[in-house]
Amino acid sequence: MDVQTLTYLFVGVSFALYIGIAIWSKVGSTREFYIAGGGVHPVVNGMATAADWMSAASFISMTGLIAFLGYDGSVYLMGWTGGYVLLALLLAPYLRKFGKFTVPDFIGDRYYSKSARLVAILCLIIISFTYVAGQMRGVGIVFSRFLEIEIEMGVLTGMAIVFMYAVLGGMKGITYTQVAQYCVLIFAYTVPAIFISMLVTGNPVPQLGLGSEVADTGKTVLETLDTVLVDLGFNAYTEGTKSTIDIFAITAALMVGTAGLPHVIVRFFTVPKVSDARVSAGWALVFIALLYTTAPAVGAFARINFINEVNETSYAETPAWFKNWENLGLIGWADKNGDGKVQYRAGAPFEGTPSFEEDKRGPHGERVVVNTATPSANEVYVDRDIMVLANPEIAKLPDWVFALVAAGSLAAALSTAAGLLLVISSSVSHDLFKMTLMPEITDKQELLYARLAAAIAIGVAGYLGINPPGFVAEVVALAFGLAAASLFPAILMGIFSRKMNREGAIAGMISGLFFTVGYITYFKFMNPDLNTAANWFFGISPEGIGTLGMVVNFIVAYGVMKLTKSPPQEVGELIESIRIPSGAGAGHHH
Amino acid sequence: MGTENKDGYWKANISLLLKLLVIWFVVSFGAGILFVDFLNQFEVLGVKLGFWFAQQGSIYVFVGLIFYYTRRMRKIDEEHGVED
Repeated sequence: MDVQTLTYLFVGVSFALYIGIAIWSKVGSTREFYIAGGGVHPVVNGMATAADWMSAASFISMTGLIAFLGYDGSVYLMGWTGGYVLLALLLAPYLRKFGKFTVPDFIGDRYYSKSARLVAILCLIIISFTYVAGQMRGVGIVFSRFLEIEIEMGVLTGMAIVFMYAVLGGMKGITYTQVAQYCVLIFAYTVPAIFISMLVTGNPVPQLGLGSEVADTGKTVLETLDTVLVDLGFNAYTEGTKSTIDIFAITAALMVGTAGLPHVIVRFFTVPKVSDARVSAGWALVFIALLYTTAPAVGAFARINFINEVNETSYAETPAWFKNWENLGLIGWADKNGDGKVQYRAGAPFEGTPSFEEDKRGPHGERVVVNTATPSANEVYVDRDIMVLANPEIAKLPDWVFALVAAGSLAAALSTAAGLLLVISSSVSHDLFKMTLMPEITDKQELLYARLAAAIAIGVAGYLGINPPGFVAEVVALAFGLAAASLFPAILMGIFSRKMNREGAIAGMISGLFFTVGYITYFKFMNPDLNTAANWFFGISPEGIGTLGMVVNFIVAYGVMKLTKSPPQEVGELIESIRIPSGAGAGHHH
Repeated sequence: MGTENKDGYWKANISLLLKLLVIWFVVSFGAGILFVDFLNQFEVLGVKLGFWFAQQGSIYVFVGLIFYYTRRMRKIDEEHGVED
């Protein structure tokens, strides 16, 4: 069987599995739709959380980022795992004890205010839509590269699948498809990683391969990379280029942002008991760590392989993957010195991302790049996102591995998209309609609204996937920054401070939100030329500004609280109740 | 449940939290960021120590922290009679 057939087979079988689960898990009440009836086993929930959390960004982009950033890539590894410690220790058990359906539910009840609930809905929707646009784009890229289908068709297929299990099965359908998707994605990630680790170092465990010697050289993987990269004019792989304060702020923003993401938090509403919420966070991190500790090894191997295969190779002799990705516009080569060979060096090869002349080929058969060349000796542009997808080809692995990676990246993108769409739809049907606008609707009507909201959200997400706003990459920072600066502090103070009141929490969320959005907009969209360390507050880049936004939130909230009335008696009782585990109403088993 | 018992339970919880968060901070922000250059003169499993903490070690410690927390909290819950 050729690669194409195999890929169709793998993707087809995995999709059939998801649809089967969708039909099996059809739900009949809002409690099942929002939180799967509260009866999910903690290990199962841990696995579903891992798939929910690990998106196209984790599966496709992160390894490439680490490969090209080296030590600086650590911010993603620590940031996207350390958040689970905060979640397990500071939020999950208490929110499970609270025992309702959504994050705005908690903020609305704890701060006895519809306005607080509305601000929380606003934050949730901005965060979740920016995030889901990226997932749908990931689906489109995979379809177009692996199945050679138009991006539009790819996105539509993805939408249809998510529609089936999210609209029919709600949280219950999503939970069990996420378990299946986790299995697909972790298998698809680790199999090529083991192959590549064997090829490069002879050690089958990638985590150990990272420190092993490159076959027949007597130097370890990282030593080899350090030497090679310095020779080519890059920084050493194990040393960063970002300032310590920026690394610190980005890591903190990603950690706190992770803990504040509504689609992750809400997963902990689905387990039967408070102690289950704690242990479930532990299992989630185990399942995440399997991929996250493998990623730095894969990144390092990929960078070595990339340099070996491409640098100083004549264009005619470059491997097929190089030309395939060039055809998609994700690799671009300009033969600046006219020697017909690809020189890979530090610095941008030309300004911006490559634009090509239609249907024209250069003297060596390459696509003709029309961008203005830079003075650097580098001739090749490579999109970081292709590393994981190209890895099986670069390492010359068998065709079925290639097909597996396609199915895995789709699983990663779809599982996260579904989780996001669910929190969007439940915040609309539950928080906006049932709790704010039309409290008189029945459970059946609310369920119908939830399904409608999910369907509309899928439509919007699909539209964003087909017509991606140019700023998708930039807005991921926004999603984390916003979660860190708005929702996380409000929830944390709601649990750990008896005195924090409505006025303080609302003022805190709004100022955190505006500060963070303002800073990111100013540097990313209004004045991209000024986006350099010299102009940043305390040398903190827009990616890390959520950390400062969080501090702003805490300070404003505290100041306003001091000047306004303390919360009413009932809130004191609510706080007492969420602080102890006993009495957390049991869920039912599936 | 008496107020005294509740306060005792909450204090025990907070003191455990703070200890674990100190470790959380030390392995990531400490070993992986603030002291990374100093630690890089040592080596573990063929990788510079600071770099290893930033890309491997901190994650292993995070996992351990959460499971230790769930075990300790179960004990504290039982001691104060508030287990679920």
